[in-house]
Amino acid sequence: MSKKRLGFIIKSLPYKTEASKLAVTHAISSQTAEIYLEDGDSVEPVICFIGDGVFNCIKGQQSMKHYGITSIEQHIKNALLLDLKVMICSEDLEKFRIKKESVIMDASEMGGETLAIIASYTEIQKEMNAVDHLLFF
Amino acid sequence: MGRLTIGSFSSPAGTMSLDFAIKLAEAAINKGHAVDLWLSGNATVLGNKDQKHYKDYSHLQKTVKLMFNSGRFRMAICEACAETRGCHKDITMDECIRASMDWHLASCFSADRVIMIGDN
Repeated sequence: MSKKRLGFIIKSLPYKTEASKLAVTHAISSQTAEIYLEDGDSVEPVICFIGDGVFNCIKGQQSMKHYGITSIEQHIKNALLLDLKVMICSEDLEKFRIKKESVIMDASEMGGETLAIIASYTEIQKEMNAVDHLLFF
Repeated sequence: MGRLTIGSFSSPAGTMSLDFAIKLAEAAINKGHAVDLWLSGNATVLGNKDQKHYKDYSHLQKTVKLMFNSGRFRMAICEACAETRGCHKDITMDECIRASMDWHLASCFSADRVIMIGDN
């Protein structure tokens, strides 16, 4: 019976490619990975947005309106609703002058209680050191 | 011997990222390791049967078939990504697994090393 922690490090811009969306949906799929594992084994994802990846976290995405596709915002909220750990790099937000108020921090309208964490790169690096495997998107 | 899980989103043509992923998988298998290859997004096209070989484009299917014959290689494609691209079960290689993303995470669980190669 063991748990493996997987770090999903997202550095891709939203919508330019599907990489960042796939990262979040892969992380969410951890909820059903147990069907392939031995009893008691599990995977626990941590999602970290760094570099250009922090643009994925901006509130008010209109992809459904303009392209008819689910927004990355919705996927991030689904991740928070499932209590996944979501970290957003504070230095990169600052670098792009993205205010905390503009960033997706919760899924409260869906009943979620877990909050995203705005963390320094040092804290994110600690998390990266702590996981079993890193996956860069 | 070890187990390697490789993930890729890159298409078989138009970028060389998937070529590199396949080369790495082949090298690992030739050294006696086991490899799981997970393909999402555009990479799912690699799961299609009967890909024609033109010399201007990469042709990875031949290598993939040889790796299947080794008995130490599994290749799975994201079913939703494949269906989105019109790649339905009837045109998927018989040896290729069609699964949801949790297959990849479960493979990561039992892997000694996990590598993502290429994005789109």
